[in-house]
Amino acid sequence: MVIKVLGTGCANCDKLEKNTKKAVEEKGVDVTIEKVTDIKEIMKYGVMKTPALVVDEKVKIAGRVASPDDIKKLL
Amino acid sequence: MDVITQIFNFFSDQFLRMTWLFELARLLVEKVFGLPIDERLGGSIHFFIYDTIKIFILLSVLIFAISYIQSYFPPERTKKILGGIKGIKGNVLGAVLGTITPFCSCSSIPIFIGFTSAGLPVGVTFSFLISSPLVDLASLLLLISFFGIRIGVAYVVVGLILAIIGGTIIDKLGLENQVEGYVREIDDVDTEIPEMTRRERISYAKDQVKEVINRVWIYVLIGIGIGATIHNWIPQPIIENVIGKNNPFAVLLAAIVGIPMYADIFGTLPIAQALFFKGVGVGTVLSFMMAVTALSVPSMIMLSKVVKPKLLGIFIGIVSIGIIIIGYTFNAIAYLFV
Repeated sequence: MVIKVLGTGCANCDKLEKNTKKAVEEKGVDVTIEKVTDIKEIMKYGVMKTPALVVDEKVKIAGRVASPDDIKKLL
Repeated sequence: MDVITQIFNFFSDQFLRMTWLFELARLLVEKVFGLPIDERLGGSIHFFIYDTIKIFILLSVLIFAISYIQSYFPPERTKKILGGIKGIKGNVLGAVLGTITPFCSCSSIPIFIGFTSAGLPVGVTFSFLISSPLVDLASLLLLISFFGIRIGVAYVVVGLILAIIGGTIIDKLGLENQVEGYVREIDDVDTEIPEMTRRERISYAKDQVKEVINRVWIYVLIGIGIGATIHNWIPQPIIENVIGKNNPFAVLLAAIVGIPMYADIFGTLPIAQALFFKGVGVGTVLSFMMAVTALSVPSMIMLSKVVKPKLLGIFIGIVSIGIIIIGYTFNAIAYLFV
C-alpha cells in the first residue's frame, strides 16, 4: 500500500503526515508513505485544497487534517 | 412585522452586540477597579475587556458554524458548479461561491490552477478570488455586531458587486494570455473526494476554530489595543483632520494604508469601530476594511506565481480603484446609514 501526503509545505501538511505515520504505526501495517510537494504533481490528483491524502492513487481526504483514527479506517 | 423586528433586535443586541457583556464589563471596571468608564483610563480598560471577550466569543461560534457549512463546499465542488457557465452569470456565481468556499491565501495557487485548467474564463476566477477573502458569512455577522445591520449588509453587497464588476472587466480586457504558461499545461482532473461524515465535519469545524484563533489572536489583541487608544486617547480633531470629514483624501489614505496590511477582518474591526465612533466617515471605514482583507502582500506574492505581472497589476489596480470608489460613494450617502 502506498500513501501519499499532498501539500506544498504548510504546517497542516506536516501535521497530516505525522498523523498518518502514527496511524500506520498503531495499525502495524506495511505502508510506504510519500510526500508530494510539487504543485504540478498535486494538481494531477485534482486536489485544490491541501493537505490531502492519497491512498493507492485515490484521493481519500482533501482540505483538512484528519485524525490518526480517521486515517486508520482508510488502511 | 413588528414582532419580527423585535425578535431580530433582541437577537442582534444580545447575541451579536452583546449588550449584556458591555454592562458586565462596565460593572467590573467601575465597581471593582473603581474607574468610571466615561473617563480615559476606565474607558480604555472597558473597551479592551469588552471587545476582547466579545470578539473571541463571536470568533469561536462563527468559525465553528461557518466551517461546518463550508465543509459542504470544497473548492473541487465549486469548480464543477462553475464549469460551463459563461459570461456575467459566471462572474456572479463565482463571486457568490467565493463567499462560501473556504479560503486562505495559501490555497489561492491550487484554486487558480484548478479553475483555469477546467477552462473557466480568467475573469470568473478573479471574481471568485476577489470575493473569497473579502466577503463571507462571518464578516457579515461581525459587521452587524459592530456597526449594525445596514452597514453589515451594505459591506457584503458592495463587496459582491466589486467582485462581479472586477472579474467582468478582467474578462473584457482579454487577458487569457496573461496566465503563466505552465498553468495551461496542467490537465484538468475531476476527483471524487469521499463525503465527510457528520462527526468528521464537526471535528473539521473544531480544528478550524483552533487554527483561526491560533493564527489571529495576536492581530485581534493588537487591533483592540489600537482601537482602545484611538477611542480614548487621540483627540477627535486630530482624527477628523487626518482621516475624517475634514480631509478629502481620507478614503485614499485609508486604502493606501490598508492594502499592504495583512490581517483578518477580526483584527481590523476594533480599529474600524473606534475610528467610526470618532466620526470617521462610513465610506472611509469600509474602504479601510476592504483594503486590508481583499489585498495583502502574501496573497499578491502567491498570485504572482500563476499570472504575469500585467494581469497582477490590473487586478490590484481594479480592486484598489473599486475600494476607493466605494469609500467616496458611501461617504456621500452616509446619511442613509448612520
